[in-house]
Amino acid sequence: MKDKSINILNFIGLGFFEPAIRLASGEETKKNLVALFKKIVLPILSVGLFLLLWSAGSSHLYNIEKEFRIEKAFNERGEAAARLERSCIDSGSKDCQITTLPSPSQVWVAYKSLLADHASISAKKDAFAEKVAATNVKRAEQGLDAITYTGRPSFVDQIFTSLKTVFAGFLLALFIAVPIGIMLGLSESLRSSVNWLIQILKPVSPVVWLLLVSMIVNTLGKNSDGDSSFTISFISVGLCAMWATLVNTSMGVSSVDKDYINVAKVLQLNIGQKVFKIILPSSFPLIFTGLRITLSVAWMVLIAIELLAQSPGLGSFVWEEFQNGANDSNSKIIVAMFVIGIIGFLLDRIMLTIQKFVTFTEET
Amino acid sequence: MAYIELRNVSKSFGTGKDKTEVLSNINLTIEEGEFVAIVGFTGSGKTTLINLISGLLMPDEGQVLFKGEPVTGPSHERGVIFQNYSLLPWLNVRNNVGMAVKEAFKKMSKKDRNKRVEDYVEMVNLSPAIGKLPKELSGGMRQRVSVTRALSMSPDVILMDEPLSALDALTRGNLQQEILKIWNKDKKTALLITNDVDEGILMADRIIPLKPGPKATLGPEYKINLERPRDKTALNSNDEYKRLRNSIIEYLIQIGEQRSSKKETTYTLPEIKPQIKSTPFRRLSFS
Repeated sequence: MKDKSINILNFIGLGFFEPAIRLASGEETKKNLVALFKKIVLPILSVGLFLLLWSAGSSHLYNIEKEFRIEKAFNERGEAAARLERSCIDSGSKDCQITTLPSPSQVWVAYKSLLADHASISAKKDAFAEKVAATNVKRAEQGLDAITYTGRPSFVDQIFTSLKTVFAGFLLALFIAVPIGIMLGLSESLRSSVNWLIQILKPVSPVVWLLLVSMIVNTLGKNSDGDSSFTISFISVGLCAMWATLVNTSMGVSSVDKDYINVAKVLQLNIGQKVFKIILPSSFPLIFTGLRITLSVAWMVLIAIELLAQSPGLGSFVWEEFQNGANDSNSKIIVAMFVIGIIGFLLDRIMLTIQKFVTFTEET
Repeated sequence: MAYIELRNVSKSFGTGKDKTEVLSNINLTIEEGEFVAIVGFTGSGKTTLINLISGLLMPDEGQVLFKGEPVTGPSHERGVIFQNYSLLPWLNVRNNVGMAVKEAFKKMSKKDRNKRVEDYVEMVNLSPAIGKLPKELSGGMRQRVSVTRALSMSPDVILMDEPLSALDALTRGNLQQEILKIWNKDKKTALLITNDVDEGILMADRIIPLKPGPKATLGPEYKINLERPRDKTALNSNDEYKRLRNSIIEYLIQIGEQRSSKKETTYTLPEIKPQIKSTPFRRLSFS
């Protein structure tokens, strides 16, 4: 049981819990305590230190902003106004709240309010669905589209929209880059003929891809109504992110160990068998490294692209909050930042686990 | 008619200035059922020779004939055992061998193929490890799998490219006996490339030294008229064995010396004298 759970943890890349489990089962207390300290306590301490620095920094920024306002009131409207301003700021009233880098506690409050907001919106959605259920049945009989909820999406909804977009983009990258990469890897003349194109297109900024894709999609989608922003954003994400996979796949395929090729020759495998039984399995580790990079790049550019394309998701959430300028907007942006970071980390771990499942390791 | 015949075979690598002729004017005939060993120094072109016979390489000049027909590419009739095992790391023992069986016997039913794989794995005593990946096996076990893979295709000729040189002495001795045991069953034609004279004498009917490259050629052959099965410990006190061993080693040392003396080149050094501009470190005086 214990060894099994340790193996699973190591497999999914959460091996740092290992000493805790070993300690719980009373195994080599001293050694595991040291390991626990290194792997869990120290990271927690460093997170704590980070929070401390953050809150000190934010309170410093708060004071600068506050003193500036009071000074300004004093210079413009005299001493009485300055006193009024100070008491107003200290009372925490919404009229003269200071917006700067929010403190950790403010962010925590914002996080909870976002969750509460999500709960209330889902309740509204359920109520709405209940209300229109009968009408929708009738509309379906008449051959009309069902009425759907068109209210504001909650933060959690935005996360799922973003995940949907990133997976669509990732799959697009996968289905474009892997086959093309294999073809490029197999043929040296093909590789050198498109080499310049790849080298030039690879460093192009996500923003430019977005504009390019929207030029094409908008023209092609002239006749169809409906929102093209999802199409535009997922295609841009896919195009931005596919290069790592493309390059890695072609490199992996072109650099298969000569011994394995000799085996294929001696066994007289035909070209299809050679590709699927020798070349692909042996280049899987490199292809998967490419796919991991692709997914993390996809997640990174997604936020920027959503922000620009005004397609729903975390990116537009951040942008809207920034434009909104409400009292807790800044805190919500920071919440979104952490959520983006944590999801990116989890996605990478998922890819790592899949990679360990499907690829071989050369030696132990 | 010779079973395998090499006629005036030459092979070079590289072009222009970098062109090196690895093998030059090789003539070799191997009869059916014969076990021939080729002994040579590392880098003398032994692997190139076996790649020419297996069909992985084509000769620049001359002809490689197998059963009277020129070799045009690799074939199931000539099984190769590679020096570095060349097992596919993502397949377990069963699938590594099974892949070869599947290619060699395309019409065989799946059940028969599985049976064949299991029989051959049993033959090298690897049945308990049949589900393991190559990385879980020791070097000796890996080479056994490689031997099994080559033999399971029931080739007419077995070509062995230094199959045991990466193994430790004890494992090597065991595997020599095992390969001989398997070979004894149906006396297939076999060509063994090795750098170990003792191994050659123990296993082969004939030993041919390969003179070191570039432009390697074959030396005079040594017939081994020792009774089979040969026992390694008993051989040590056999006079014929001692005589053969000494003469082959003497020959190899002799051609080895020729090679090293050939390589001697004199370099003229430019006439430069050291100039002492300053003394950055204080000299230590031991007075």
